[in-house]
Amino acid sequence: MKLSQARLALLPMFVIVVVVYVGAIVWTVGISFTPSRMLPVYEFAGLDQYRALFRSSRWIISMTNMAIFAVGYIGGCLVLGYLMAIFIDQKVRAENTLRTIFLYPHAMSFIVTGLVWNWMLSPTEGIQDFVRGLGWQSFTFDWIVQPRMAIYTIVIAGVWHGAGFVMALLLAGLRGVDEEIWKAGRIDAIPRWRMYLHVVTPILAPVFATSAVLLTTHAIKSYDIVVAMTQGGPGISTEVPAKYVMDYLFERGSIGQAAAAATVMLMMVAAVAAPVLYARSFAKSRRG
Amino acid sequence: MTNPASRRPAKARFSPGRIGIYSFLFFSALFFALPLFVMLITSFKTMEEIRTGSIFSLPRAPELSAWIKAWSSACTGMTCDGIQVGFWNSVRILIPATVISIFVGALNGYALAMWKVRWAGLAFLLLMTGAFIPYQVYVFPLVQLFALSGTFGSLFAIVTVHIIFGMPVMTLIFRNYFSSIPEEVFKAARMDGAGFWWIFFAIMLPMATPVLIVAVIWQVTGIWNDFLLGLIFAGRDNLPMTVQLNNIVNSQFGEREYNVDMAATMLTALVPLVLYFVSGRWFVRGIAAGSVKG
Repeated sequence: MKLSQARLALLPMFVIVVVVYVGAIVWTVGISFTPSRMLPVYEFAGLDQYRALFRSSRWIISMTNMAIFAVGYIGGCLVLGYLMAIFIDQKVRAENTLRTIFLYPHAMSFIVTGLVWNWMLSPTEGIQDFVRGLGWQSFTFDWIVQPRMAIYTIVIAGVWHGAGFVMALLLAGLRGVDEEIWKAGRIDAIPRWRMYLHVVTPILAPVFATSAVLLTTHAIKSYDIVVAMTQGGPGISTEVPAKYVMDYLFERGSIGQAAAAATVMLMMVAAVAAPVLYARSFAKSRRG
Repeated sequence: MTNPASRRPAKARFSPGRIGIYSFLFFSALFFALPLFVMLITSFKTMEEIRTGSIFSLPRAPELSAWIKAWSSACTGMTCDGIQVGFWNSVRILIPATVISIFVGALNGYALAMWKVRWAGLAFLLLMTGAFIPYQVYVFPLVQLFALSGTFGSLFAIVTVHIIFGMPVMTLIFRNYFSSIPEEVFKAARMDGAGFWWIFFAIMLPMATPVLIVAVIWQVTGIWNDFLLGLIFAGRDNLPMTVQLNNIVNSQFGEREYNVDMAATMLTALVPLVLYFVSGRWFVRGIAAGSVKG
């Protein structure tokens, strides 16, 4: 009797898992093997959509941009976030104020982030204009309108949004490091920077792994920030896979092509998340 | 977090190392603070001043006209009712989506942690795996489902979508919390004859206040800042503030009114920013709780 109440309570979850978290994925993967355009067509077309996808220069540019963004964004957030966490952990004054300043961008949306940085980096109104106004007439910082450099401005905005988040996670990790370890280091007269590099960093490996997985999924999903900052431009130089899917779904009316692109995104996330999740569940089961 | 004061012996106050530490922190703080500063000062300038002055110069005579225009008469395409339309749409989406998704998450977490239900473990595992997968994989089938039921592009659709995609993290944090409650509490309640719902409402929910706060912070920030889902599912009449903001800024014709753009951007960022400054350390607990997926 009581058990059926619990089952009843979980019914919405069961339905959503089956319909959305399993059903929708299966449907999308399935549709990627069909020639569907405006409406779903249920006939098998093999790998045609994938061939078209990887022949499309826009998709190749999107994938390249995603790789550049992922490396810059994840690397930037981890390095800057870790440095900020270490430096804040040196018993500095105004710790709370600094933490508040480092983390507030994370409370804002990627749309807001993109629009602010678009304004800051605008060559005619932003930082370039400011420096030129100071007298350095030849100063140039116009990446946002340079097709080859525009993606790096999105990296800057992304790091601005995410580094404080990594700082918060790592600072909590640093505060959790056993005081005995520091004592041992002092007794052996090991310099502090070596302690951080060779002792503390390996201890924090799980926190780094968690942060990296989260940032990677953000990087693969990134859409809002590009739409707000460059709309994929100049030209198609800052297109990303998530935007490719959206455009083919809602503007170009090619469901099959969008599904193939979404499936590739799915596989990329799986390739990143699966090893970490596996390693973690393995560690858990070993601990008992 | 432990008290940092009791950690390592004090160092000389003005050693080169200390100066290095403080200058690094100072320049980092500058990098993070500048965009907010620029947003604020730009929104208080006139267009004339923006054209002639630099991006970092303070407004000579701060004025609110850009804020008033952003709120009540900025244009998105054909209509010129300001960003207030998006603000109220976001409020209408936010309240039901937050309340229902937290309730469902709490119920799921409680049932998963304290009751044995067949297949529940597997369903939870699938739910958590699904949380990593990009929305792009789900959106089209969901669009079709809502279209079939005639609810595509409605308040109902966008609220439901937020409940669906909020479910993994909400369920996870409540499950983790309820799992940490001693089993004796549950057993004693059962001995007294309390049933599933009684234990949930009278015992477990009141105990869960800390998680409820974390959940509210997580959902309010996430739902308010959402762009993609609102763009697809909310429909023309319910577009949330983020979507409207992007429309105002990126679909302007002629000269861009940066002061109005920045005022509108500030207005959109205000709700999560206020929540962030008010909630303080709870916010950090919130993002930490959500990051331990799996």
